Amino acid sequence: MFRFSNIYYEFRRVWKAIKLFFIISGPGIVVMVADNDAGGITTYAATGAKYGYHLIWFLLILVPVAYYVQEMTVRLGAVTKRGHGEAIFAGFGAFWGWFSLIDLMIVNWLTLVTEFIGMTSSLRIFGIPPWLTVMGVCILMGIMVLNGRYWTWEKIAMVFCAVNLIYIPGAFMVQPSVHDIIHTGFVPHMPPGGFNNELFFFLMANIGTTIAPWMLFFQQSAVVDKGTKEKDIPWGKLDTLVGAILTVVVAVFIVIVTGTILPGVNIDDAAQASIMLMKTQKYAGTFMAIGLFDAGLLGAICISLASSWAFGEVFGWAHSLNNKVREAPWFYANYFLTLITAGLVVLIPKAPLVLITLFVQVVAVTLLPAALVFLVLLLNNKKTMGEYTNTLWQNVITTIIVVVIVILSTLYGISTLFPNMFK
Amino acid sequence: MIRDFFSHNFAKVREINQKYAKPNVEMSGWVKGSLLFLRLYLILLVGLLLYKFITLL
Repeated sequence: MFRFSNIYYEFRRVWKAIKLFFIISGPGIVVMVADNDAGGITTYAATGAKYGYHLIWFLLILVPVAYYVQEMTVRLGAVTKRGHGEAIFAGFGAFWGWFSLIDLMIVNWLTLVTEFIGMTSSLRIFGIPPWLTVMGVCILMGIMVLNGRYWTWEKIAMVFCAVNLIYIPGAFMVQPSVHDIIHTGFVPHMPPGGFNNELFFFLMANIGTTIAPWMLFFQQSAVVDKGTKEKDIPWGKLDTLVGAILTVVVAVFIVIVTGTILPGVNIDDAAQASIMLMKTQKYAGTFMAIGLFDAGLLGAICISLASSWAFGEVFGWAHSLNNKVREAPWFYANYFLTLITAGLVVLIPKAPLVLITLFVQVVAVTLLPAALVFLVLLLNNKKTMGEYTNTLWQNVITTIIVVVIVILSTLYGISTLFPNMFK
Repeated sequence: MIRDFFSHNFAKVREINQKYAKPNVEMSGWVKGSLLFLRLYLILLVGLLLYKFITLL
């Protein structure tokens, strides 16, 4: 009897912890899964097709990389109650503040265009015209924010995060060799052909898609809007860790799909990969296309909010999803203006969409190093962070990560400007 | 109406500039070095972008 009561007590304790996790979790999982946006899916699909399972071990390294960077935004947001944009203004003055805000606005808008490109190209496979996709997405995203509650918005976003896991059954459908995946993918080694310019380009692309500037701004603002307190920081960290694992798991399964069915094929975009997959594996290809749409949608959801939050914080407008439209008109005006203009660009005949896609990488590297360096410096400000200031080890780890990300993402951006540099 | 919109927003920008005129992060050697690095990094990137733009024309 005593044993049963003990088991029951343990069960209640664990169940309570799980319930608490689901209440507090959100920003970390949403931001991390949204990191697998339309551009990310293309990168992973191309990596799998080019190198098979040989770079899966490299993707696994990205779990701690993404976690350590994003975890800092949880602490900074929970302690200072400021978004990243406002924190930069307060910490480093108006010059760096304006630079970050304007650069964020440009990068986010351009990235949003690429998300619309991904969404329209994926639904075009099913015969849905781009104008209908753009209109549908704008209406859906409008409904998500206009209910006037952060909690509702977040839970809807979590449902879209769950859809992102569609690549997992997709990978099982193509029946890959588990033995090959374990022996080729999970043991660090150099892929066939050794270290060359092309491999370096793929490694840069994968690192480049792991941390994007909007992610820092989004998660910190979301943590503030959610009302995360200092005592919730451990849960916020767990939320971020679960998100980091999920994003890499999804990436690995995409690599498995294209690595199994399309080995050695050069892939330019994920929609093209979906069409190729459909020829041999109808359902896996369909899942790839649905996943691409979902990835673009999740990216669009987060990116448009990241800009609106940042502007609201700096300009002192009401800027919470808990506000109704009449309470925060500028916040919602910014949100819809960013969203609708980005969607309309995709509908313009002969719009330079390829150029925009390439230009995103270049503009992003003008903001990413600054946002990362500011993040580390702000986390070392004892005056505001108190007991949540970075420890020596956290500084060592995050500095190494930041330096590597800055170097590789910069080289990736430069390689976009000068395509023959690494090929 | 347009003039009102711009004058209101310029006033808001001035207010923000005044509010954040003094950075609250202590300007230690590390911080100054990092900010200098960022300035040089941006100059380099803008230079590369300009070079690309000019050579494209």
